[in-house]
Amino acid sequence: MSADWRIRTEGLGKRYRIGRPEPYRNFRDALVELAAAPLRRLRGKRPEPNWIWALKGVSLEVPAGQVLGVIGRNGAGKTTLLKILSRITEPTEGVARVRGRLGSLLEVGTGFHPELTGRENIFLNGAILGMRRSEIRKKFDPIVAFSGVEPFIDTPVKRYSSGMFVRLAFAVAAHLEPEILLVDEVLAVGDAAFQKKCLGKMEQVARSGRTVLFVSHNLGAVEHLCDRVAWMDGGRLRGLGDPTEMIGRYLEAVTDGSLESRGTGPFQVERVLLQNEAGETTTTFRPGEGLTLWIDYRVEGSHPAPYLWLSIGGRGGEIFSANMALDGNRPEVLTGSGRIGCRFPEVPLLPQSYHITLCVREADGRRALFEPQEVAAFHVIGALRDYGLKDEKADVRAAGSVPLLLPYEWILPNGRRAPVRLGSGGRPISTEAGR
Amino acid sequence: MSTAEAALGAESAPVELRIESTSGKLRFNFRELWAYRELLGFLVWRDIQVRYKQTALGVFWAVLQPVLAMLVFTVFFGRLAQMPSDGIPYPVFSYTGLLPWQLFIYAVTQSGNSLVANQQLVKKVYFPRLLIPASAVLAGLVDFFIAFVILLGLMGFYGIVPTRAVVTLPLFLALAVGTALAVGFWLSALNVRYRDVRYTIPFLTQFWLFVTPIAYPSTLVPEKWRLLYGLNPMAGVVEGFRWALLGKQGPPDPLIFVSAAVVAVIGVGGLIYFRKMERTFADEV
Repeated sequence: MSADWRIRTEGLGKRYRIGRPEPYRNFRDALVELAAAPLRRLRGKRPEPNWIWALKGVSLEVPAGQVLGVIGRNGAGKTTLLKILSRITEPTEGVARVRGRLGSLLEVGTGFHPELTGRENIFLNGAILGMRRSEIRKKFDPIVAFSGVEPFIDTPVKRYSSGMFVRLAFAVAAHLEPEILLVDEVLAVGDAAFQKKCLGKMEQVARSGRTVLFVSHNLGAVEHLCDRVAWMDGGRLRGLGDPTEMIGRYLEAVTDGSLESRGTGPFQVERVLLQNEAGETTTTFRPGEGLTLWIDYRVEGSHPAPYLWLSIGGRGGEIFSANMALDGNRPEVLTGSGRIGCRFPEVPLLPQSYHITLCVREADGRRALFEPQEVAAFHVIGALRDYGLKDEKADVRAAGSVPLLLPYEWILPNGRRAPVRLGSGGRPISTEAGR
Repeated sequence: MSTAEAALGAESAPVELRIESTSGKLRFNFRELWAYRELLGFLVWRDIQVRYKQTALGVFWAVLQPVLAMLVFTVFFGRLAQMPSDGIPYPVFSYTGLLPWQLFIYAVTQSGNSLVANQQLVKKVYFPRLLIPASAVLAGLVDFFIAFVILLGLMGFYGIVPTRAVVTLPLFLALAVGTALAVGFWLSALNVRYRDVRYTIPFLTQFWLFVTPIAYPSTLVPEKWRLLYGLNPMAGVVEGFRWALLGKQGPPDPLIFVSAAVVAVIGVGGLIYFRKMERTFADEV
């Protein structure tokens, strides 16, 4: 492709051993193994190593100044790719070449020490991320200003709220200015307002001509920020190209269940079904039509009272959600396999493309049984005139509008009331009044 | 996207980094280690900052530990057991041995656990991993220097004036640090795979204390075994400290050279083992 590449990988692969029940070995096991190995060999039984390729045969090139998005299920190899490029772990095979000063952000706040003050942590964290002391000193004030924790800058960070902690951590990271930046899901932290600020900063970085590799489940952000998108599945590169096209292909595969990667947690999504009001399985809906999502799952172990969270998102981010952490509903227990559903009686969305993100957490919320990731995609299709939005250019304008349209009513100067509502239940509207 | 920026990058011809499996290869990148010296400084600074946070006695601990040990040794070994001390007042004799010893056990304990304690760093960001055990060792020097002030006081009290040999003291301090680094490289790397190390360290240091001439003079060891005794590098360190500070007559004991050679061997071995294991730290820790 381009001669002026910044990152180039050739047949990159990483193999891990899996299925080791204990988290680490001890001397005794090692001794037993040492004694047993020759015996096994005598009997012709080689120890069966349980290998898994977290990454296999990945060849790609990122030209200078390009922002490459990497999407895919958890366990698809995205993070492994980043870890190899940032030299945290070595590839088993293949070569990666990187030209230029590289900075990686696999999480924010790496190396933060709770006992140290905000000021001290800025210096420590900056050094860990690869900044020079003089550079940190120069950027110190902008970092503090960006974080908004100025009054607490000389307080140990263990006294910070988690929000303050994340803001300070991100502020340091955001002022890292390498030629090549690797980012993994750092935007998935903090409250909505802060996330927006982060996205703004990411956009600034992306537009500054730096080379960026951006791993995210925020498909809206990926589509918005990236020049190209790499779609990974089962450790391999499934596609590389135009963001909209790649995201579309990925979501299609997500919905029809043809992905190899099943996610990494104990909760696994076997199949996802979307049904319309008539009970037909489909991925296209009419504006305002109701939608039911069915998830066939399989769970390892038994998990009492976990909570689920579903969010419907579009190009601009999340739009609305169904969240057991708010409504208080809980399945008594999740175990074995089963089916869980969620019905939205009315989905007042304009004709655009949407995706559904699922997250399952244990009762106390600490552990994710299923890390947030997209499980289905659907499209809303229909001529808006038929559904109550009568402007002649409505269809064109809807493509770029805020997608959610709640019922509303204009009260015009002459006192006339003009109710607006996407056709109830997705039924085309014929009378002027709506309902 | 921006081709202008791309052209700018090409102009400065960035260095190219090649990332591939180093299985079966052994490389030491000293230039890279040097490039990361600032980070080493920050890690040492962090360990020092954090060491006595939220303690009532604070940095006083650095003095309390060797002084209490010295008092106990003086009462039980010096007075009650009438342990010989090469003609040096027993408190000074034992304290001079305890100084490098405290530095050593602190450094070994901290560095042995350092990779596991810093696993968040190991898993999330790249830098030469050697910095982690090294910073843990170097942070112990602060305590050493504080405790050293007490020794000066003791020597003044007993009217001991060091000879010219005192200029060699930094060499023996370096030998103590070198011993701790050598052992630290081994233990920290082993600890990543075998957490037994955590339980081994207290036992190891206790055992090591008995075979090191702190409560007793190394002259207690019969002449023909003395070079063999030097295989314990801490024996050389303690002997060296006493020779440099307390002005024992004559040339330094040859067992010191045996100790230095042993440290070199353990150190190089530790470096090689560490480098070999370093490839999988992030996957295994």
